[in-house]
Amino acid sequence: MKVLNYIKNIFVGLWHLCQGMYVTMLNFCRPKVTLQYPENRGTREYGERFRALLTMPHDADNHHKCIACGMCMNSCPNGTITVVSKMETDTVTGKPKKVLDKHLYNLGSCIFCGLCTSACPTGAIRFSNEFEHSVFTKDRLLLQLNRPGSSLAPKPAPNTQTAKQDVGKPVENVATKTV
Amino acid sequence: MWSFEKLTEWIDTSLRSCMSADGALLVEFVLIGIAILVGYALLALFLIYAERKICAFFQCRLGPNRVGKWGIFQSVADMIKILLKELIQINKSDKMLFRLASFFVIIGSVCTFGAIPFAKGLQAIDFNVGVFYILAISSLGVVGILLAGWSSNSKYSMIGAMRSGAQLISYEISAGLSLMVIVVYSGTMQLSEIVAQQADGWFIFKGHVPAFIAFVTYLIAGHAETNRGPFDMAEAESELTAGYHTEYSGIQFGFFYLAEYLNLFIIAAVASTMFLGGWQPLHIPGWDGFNHVMDYIPSFLWFFVKTCFCMFMAMWVRWSFPRLRIDQLLGLEWKILMPICLINLILMSVVVIL
Ligand code: SF4
Ligand code: SF4
Repeated sequence: MKVLNYIKNIFVGLWHLCQGMYVTMLNFCRPKVTLQYPENRGTREYGERFRALLTMPHDADNHHKCIACGMCMNSCPNGTITVVSKMETDTVTGKPKKVLDKHLYNLGSCIFCGLCTSACPTGAIRFSNEFEHSVFTKDRLLLQLNRPGSSLAPKPAPNTQTAKQDVGKPVENVATKTV
Repeated sequence: MWSFEKLTEWIDTSLRSCMSADGALLVEFVLIGIAILVGYALLALFLIYAERKICAFFQCRLGPNRVGKWGIFQSVADMIKILLKELIQINKSDKMLFRLASFFVIIGSVCTFGAIPFAKGLQAIDFNVGVFYILAISSLGVVGILLAGWSSNSKYSMIGAMRSGAQLISYEISAGLSLMVIVVYSGTMQLSEIVAQQADGWFIFKGHVPAFIAFVTYLIAGHAETNRGPFDMAEAESELTAGYHTEYSGIQFGFFYLAEYLNLFIIAAVASTMFLGGWQPLHIPGWDGFNHVMDYIPSFLWFFVKTCFCMFMAMWVRWSFPRLRIDQLLGLEWKILMPICLINLILMSVVVIL
């Protein structure tokens, strides 16, 4: 009986080894999954939630949505963002008003956590898919996100409203803003 | 079929015509030595590239694909890199043995390499005890491995070398017994004679069931002897960093690396010589037209295709199975493989007597 078991075990073992080799052979013949980066440049689609570079979208009239509230600066875990604001007199009401002067972003220390975009109440900043970041000197990583001469979009009322409602639901917030 | 004997004889006669017999012999020795070393190095480059590509394909990757088209110059680049690397001196190592070890390993494998019949009339040494010679000289490598482990002054190397010693000595029994099956069947130990006997059918077909069993057991035992795949206890990079060659750097490490790949080639070459007919084309008795067509394919091509087939099997196994534990490894040899080989040898003797 013992001898029979011994012989049976050998054949069962061999059969299992053959099964394993069959599986690896299937893998061998399967199309390969490697992506060849510089070759697929421009043709490869990245996921829309891919976080590569923080940007501040501007419309055709050079308007952005940043109200210089500083929420992004405060939510950033490592001080990557500096919001520099200035006081201006509102042309309509004639009262002094805080507007954005410079939105400074240090790409070198950003960890791409996305907290800033979820904290922003107006959806003024979002992540783009441009991931080719390498530069020769460190100070080229210091970026200013608002364009020179840009200003706040004049009362995009409905947009601001919806964005404000979204503040309580940060997860959805990220999704809608990074689209 | 075209024979390399014509070429070698031509070299011989033209050398003898311009110098004394002893001088011609000396020049021939040097020429053969250079040819073997160059062949050895080129094969190693090819094998390293092939291994990396095949490994990548088994893992659904593309493998090296940057240096040259499909990365074919990758191993050349690696070779240049390894030649430029520093040889690091290890504190409190036995310097003499430390250096000697890598040479032991590579000399063992080069000497075995020289005895393989590559094509018709292309064999450097053809002893009448060729099989015995191959088994004996290829086990020189284990001395090198033990020396490397001992002289490195490192626990990892030591454990790796001890495991390797136990493993190689055990599996050589099975490898030897599997080759004995063919020696019993063919009645000779001379490699050229063994190949010649397979002209009308390879031993794996002619030799009934025992030859097939011997082929499989030889592949398993040979695979274990090369320290690869599921049997890479000696290296076991997850436990021992790199086993016996942990402390080696530069070209000394390169020697171990080269020898590992060439041992793979040697095992595959011996398997194809002993079981798959060496450089003999595929002949089926009775099919004269078919046999005639097969004769047109050059003999070295037959040899290399068969050897590549055996090497591909080895790589396939390597990338399929998880590593064995040392007790499982020795259990496999002493409890399963060796009894099978012994019974197989008896079976073959019975077949021969009948
Ligand atoms: S992604 Fe994170 S680290 Fe980068 S700027 Fe936004 S909050 Fe700071
Ligand atoms: S980007 Fe958004 S969070 Fe940051 S200052 Fe402007 S409005 Fe506030």
